[in-house]
Amino acid sequence: MSPKANLLLRVDPLSCRAHGLCAEELPEAIRLDEWGYPMLPTGPLPVHLVRRAKAAANACPVLALRLASVGER
Amino acid sequence: MTVALCPASTNDLAFSGTARLLPAVPASGHRQSPASTWQQHNARLGPVPLQVAPQLVDLVSAAGLLGRGGGGFPTGTKLAAVAANSSRRNPAVVVANCCEGDPTSSKDAVLLATSPHLVIDGALLAAATTGADRVILAVHKGSRTSADLSQALAARGPQSIEITVVGIPARFVASEATALVRYLNTGDARPAGRLSRIWESGVDGRPTLVDNAETLAQLALIARFGPAWFRQLGTESEPGTALVTVGGAVSRPGVVEVAVGTPLRIILTAAGWVPTGHAGPAWALIGGLAGRWIDLHRATEIGFSADELGLVGGTKGVSSIVVLPAGGCVLTETARILDYLAHSGARQCGPCMFGLPAIAADMASLADADRDALGRLRVRLPVIDKRGGCSHPDGAVALAASALRALTGPDAVHLDLHLRHGGCNSPAAIVPLGGHRTAGNRRENR
Repeated sequence: MSPKANLLLRVDPLSCRAHGLCAEELPEAIRLDEWGYPMLPTGPLPVHLVRRAKAAANACPVLALRLASVGER
Repeated sequence: MTVALCPASTNDLAFSGTARLLPAVPASGHRQSPASTWQQHNARLGPVPLQVAPQLVDLVSAAGLLGRGGGGFPTGTKLAAVAANSSRRNPAVVVANCCEGDPTSSKDAVLLATSPHLVIDGALLAAATTGADRVILAVHKGSRTSADLSQALAARGPQSIEITVVGIPARFVASEATALVRYLNTGDARPAGRLSRIWESGVDGRPTLVDNAETLAQLALIARFGPAWFRQLGTESEPGTALVTVGGAVSRPGVVEVAVGTPLRIILTAAGWVPTGHAGPAWALIGGLAGRWIDLHRATEIGFSADELGLVGGTKGVSSIVVLPAGGCVLTETARILDYLAHSGARQCGPCMFGLPAIAADMASLADADRDALGRLRVRLPVIDKRGGCSHPDGAVALAASALRALTGPDAVHLDLHLRHGGCNSPAAIVPLGGHRTAGNRRENR
């Protein structure tokens, strides 16, 4: 098992407009539902995915996706 | 029954039986004048005990009061959070949520017609406790409750704090706490999302307490009679009484006040329910439109509490029970409700815009003998669950999942009827849906 970072992905469902760029940046961790909205892993991210998870968050045109610390709301 | 009460007594059982919030109304059945309602309130309970405010967080916490709007969150914790953020420079705002969005529930309307001053007292006490300088009584625009509260306020005369009745659009999700705050700030009555921390920054950027009307009424009694008195009724983990709305196939539908944990049989009997003797399941929708289907034949001795209902896969929700008649159809009722919920969402997030219409269409298709709809629902329900901007989609998912459990379990014979014949001979629609959507009025998109 790969080591986990103290970080996880969070999406603001009210901002998300299903652009789907996040899933292109990070297909290992982000899948899209049938309407194009991201389904995120609930737990902490593996360390080796953190850099690209940041890229996925930065790719979101409406800044709906972010990296949050575990325990943060 | 006349209720005698001595406001000074803190340990006596203040009301006979369980009639704490809804004291016996004179037999005439006529509505009391606002002036006499105020006089009676004063005679029974005396003035609002604002001097208790410094201890109220502790009293309410010791009483174990849980929010009565559906969430069941500890009221003492919420009061403390708002009080901690409130200051002289940035005083809190108290919002009494008197909107009652769920069409299966009328407990708050009955409470506000019968005991409006208890709710107002509770709001004033909450304001004194949190250092608020403003109280808003949020009601549905143009409702009877709106008039009841305005008249009650007028009867009380001038107040030491700004207290106003504000009309909110009569929309299902508008009474959700963050939607109320957003409406008061911007005129947009849609939920502001789970990240919105209204206890820090709500109405006008102030720390904001939003409590349900019944919660505030219970708080007003705890302030007078104390936690030990409050705990004389109810269960250890859910003390006190609760208002329960009973409707559907009962001869005396209405609102009853019972000790939390009272067996369903007693509540239903009070509403005139008679077991049918029908061999199949006897379904009731418990908890509101986001509730669960419960087979009453297996549940009559279950206590009406979140804990006990949870043990049989139920929820207390908005404390309503809608009984289906013998042969009533869980499937078509659920399809109707999902259609209503899909149309009453705020349509801000994907699960609400696309997920709810999809599962509503699936449930309608299942009722029309589309076998594949069962599989589609099994895939879609978990995809939608917990991913919405507010809890509205989760409630619809929980209801749909509960219907599937009923239809693939005790009611499998009934599902078979739909799948073979494309329908059943169930009686007319039972679950009330706020009027503007009717049975058979379905969405066409799949």
